[in-house]
Amino acid sequence: MIKITKEIVEEHGINSEEYDFILKSLRREPTITELGIFSAMWSEHCSYKSSKYWLSQLPTKNEFVIQGPGENAGVIDIGDGYAAVFKMESHNHPSFIEPYQGAATGVGGILRDVFTMGARPVALLNSIRFGETSHEKTKHLLTGVVSGIGGYGNCMGIPTVGGEVEFNSSYNDNILVNAMCVGIAKKNKIFYSKASGIGNSVVYVGSKTGRDGIHGATMASAEFDENSEEKRPTVQVGDPFSEKLLLEACMELMKMDVIVAIQDMGAAGLTSSAVEMAGKGNLGIELDLDKVPCREDKMSAYEIMLSESQERMLMILEPDKESIAKEIFEKWELDFSVIGKLTDTNRLIINHQKEIKADIILDILEKGAPSYKRPYEINIFDDEDIKEDTLINENPISILKKMISSPNLCSRKWVWEQYDHMVMTDTVLLPGGDSAIIRVHGTNKGLSVTSDSTPRYCASDPYEGGKQAVAEAWRNLISVGSLPIAITDCMNFGNPEKKEIMGQFAGVIKGMIEACNTLNFPVVSGNVSLYNETNGKGINPTPVIGGVGVVENLDVFSDQNLKRKDDFILIIGKTTGHLTQSIYANELLNDKKGLPPKVNLDEELKNGLALRELINKKFIDTSHDISDGGLLIALTEMSMKNLIGFNINVEKDNLNSYLFGEDQARYAVAVEKHKIEDVRLLLNEKNVFFEEIGRTCNNEIIINNKKINILELKKIYENWFNNYLSKAS
Amino acid sequence: MKASIIVFPGSNCDRDIAVSIKKLTDLEPIMVWHKETSIPDSDLIVIPGGFTFGDYLRCGSIAANSPIMNDVIKKATDGLPTLGICNGFQILTESGLLPGTLIKNDCLSFLCKTVSIRVENNETNFSKKYKQNEVINIPIAHNEGNFFANEDTLKKIKDSNQIIFKYCNQNGEVNNETNPNGSIENIAGITNEQGNVLGMMPHPERATCEITKLSDGENLFKSISEFLL
Repeated sequence: MIKITKEIVEEHGINSEEYDFILKSLRREPTITELGIFSAMWSEHCSYKSSKYWLSQLPTKNEFVIQGPGENAGVIDIGDGYAAVFKMESHNHPSFIEPYQGAATGVGGILRDVFTMGARPVALLNSIRFGETSHEKTKHLLTGVVSGIGGYGNCMGIPTVGGEVEFNSSYNDNILVNAMCVGIAKKNKIFYSKASGIGNSVVYVGSKTGRDGIHGATMASAEFDENSEEKRPTVQVGDPFSEKLLLEACMELMKMDVIVAIQDMGAAGLTSSAVEMAGKGNLGIELDLDKVPCREDKMSAYEIMLSESQERMLMILEPDKESIAKEIFEKWELDFSVIGKLTDTNRLIINHQKEIKADIILDILEKGAPSYKRPYEINIFDDEDIKEDTLINENPISILKKMISSPNLCSRKWVWEQYDHMVMTDTVLLPGGDSAIIRVHGTNKGLSVTSDSTPRYCASDPYEGGKQAVAEAWRNLISVGSLPIAITDCMNFGNPEKKEIMGQFAGVIKGMIEACNTLNFPVVSGNVSLYNETNGKGINPTPVIGGVGVVENLDVFSDQNLKRKDDFILIIGKTTGHLTQSIYANELLNDKKGLPPKVNLDEELKNGLALRELINKKFIDTSHDISDGGLLIALTEMSMKNLIGFNINVEKDNLNSYLFGEDQARYAVAVEKHKIEDVRLLLNEKNVFFEEIGRTCNNEIIINNKKINILELKKIYENWFNNYLSKAS
Repeated sequence: MKASIIVFPGSNCDRDIAVSIKKLTDLEPIMVWHKETSIPDSDLIVIPGGFTFGDYLRCGSIAANSPIMNDVIKKATDGLPTLGICNGFQILTESGLLPGTLIKNDCLSFLCKTVSIRVENNETNFSKKYKQNEVINIPIAHNEGNFFANEDTLKKIKDSNQIIFKYCNQNGEVNNETNPNGSIENIAGITNEQGNVLGMMPHPERATCEITKLSDGENLFKSISEFLL
């Protein structure tokens, strides 16, 4: 037997207080298998020990929510007997070590979270963040992550329809890969993970268990240093082909009334699925590891319990229904093995090679899990303005050219053309806009989906940044005309043991709470990734918000592409020209001081609902949220697809701040001539501020009589990625 | 009338093609599992797109050896209309029903976008509803869509008018710039010598719906339907 030394305990990321609690609860020294189980279950990744206190304050309910946080994914009612099931999850650390496999298995994991609940996945989104473009690893990581995401989703036949790509030096040695999946299920056919029925069988299905990913959850909860590449063996390797078979086999079985409970084996593998399923049912569980299908010989109980091999599921079945399930899994050539049973003992008992390798009361693992209210300090930047003499003294067109061809504003086409975004033939609105729209198959209804975050705002003022992230996701859904329903969140932060990092977390959550409440936009699922630090330096606080909305009738929605010449161009919402923390200030002036724009949530609600009404009344079919880069960038993005431009006249003292400021609660819209009176009337009635700044025209962008051909802009807009990647570094 | 859609492990456009067939033809789509040894009485065989067997070994090569393929080869050789799309095209070349082969895109990455293709031959049962040289917009989504054939094979393909679609631009110009994947002579789709087996990389089933603003694929299904009536 392995003697448990202080070093071994430390290596498992368990502190001395936590270890004392283990000793007291077990009344003996743990076995190595038990220590591994505690380590995984009590890791930050599985236990949310630093974040639980804060997460529990988020609003999680509205009239549409069927299932909030705590299950494999959140569930909302989308009408007509259907439900949407969705969640976002991070795979940051593995993707930095092994970008292709890390990103691929991130996609695989989030897909399982959704189809384990009985929903067929219909859309994937990815928010990915890399270090600055000049960093030596960025090209390698970017190409690896993008092809990993594509490699998995494309093979599964599930369209990847949206996401974000950001470059920022704070991610130089700690990239972020956050994957979101949305699925659709019949409302009365949702499957949950709560085990029930003493004596029922615990069934293992899917791929075999190997040594990959052992201690993945613990790795994801530790900081990186120069030696982090040595952790390569802990990165899981994905096989989308097996997952496709697993998906089809599960879908086939779920049509029958056979499954009592089901959960995927994700982080902490068999350990967390067994503990959580039995724990939720207040039952006990006994496993015989000799029955677990293994890929390698002589795997120990410790390895089998902690393996994070992909494409595996744990199910609870009534013993007399095993044969029905077995037949389906054999058809799909997947492993199927009864590996244990549910008991009434509230204990987790692990048998392996005729020995009891672990015997733990489940309450100790679950309810005994540590929860910390860590000390925090919310810091915000000083309120400094940009010095006027540092502003660029050039005409707006030449500034526009610089901005539209910069890494954070250029076209993401290079990325999403590597993702199959049209398979399933339900992608109504393609990637590249505010939200994608997916038709609910066989109906005339759609789901709008988006993911967004503005980390530089969160770094300078966590509270405003938290509000903004939620508000922007809401705005993205509004600007296609959909009704925003709920969100999933992926909270990426540094080391929570530092009070300023914990302060970022607390501040962001407080902002999110306020925005979720005002916008009736609750959180139904999510994930926390802490310790995103390298050599003591944390990333920008990055709360990625994935939003889902409903388009009642697919004959009525809006997109961002200008469609006709001579349309009126309106800016809905007030432009004060807030430049600090804008892309213009951050990247063109290299001025990172000052505060982000404030989010006035009442204004957001008023402006957004008015726009949605305009779209639903068919007064507007072209609209775009104004965000990164400001008003002129938004209008330029609207011109690219159909080569319809605009001619605007702006008489402002400070043209730059008007055109590139990032004030919130704004939209750019185009209105046909014969509808302009109706639009003015409605906006005035609702007391919504708007400006009419010009008209659309063919082929050109004209600002105060300065012109540029759209094709010229389009070329530099769309070529940035190719140019960047073809240059030798 | 029936259309048999062959489903392999890893097929993922099987549902999409069934939807289009149901909507645009009088054929009833039926799903045939790859382990079957004979195809039920059908008027059309379809091999849908996807990643059969994970594209492991070589795209389409494992599927080409599935039990059902013996009967597919027999019936196709006997003249039954057979359509292979994307991975289905790869399976048809791997099984020897179509000449040439499909190798990795010359951009070396997966590519999903709507492209223009020109109808090179509208005298087949798959293309008669199109005008000769008509330019249509159809999505592609593949990693290995770069059609290659050696000189002799290419000559035979051309001599017997087997090229059905070529990649082009909106104006119908066929050249290197309008070639998304490096295919020899911009070839996007070919038939066998008899003209009853069509393989194509673009996905016509993804262009059969007004709401997605893509409907140029409809005439392919209508052509099949008209011929079978």
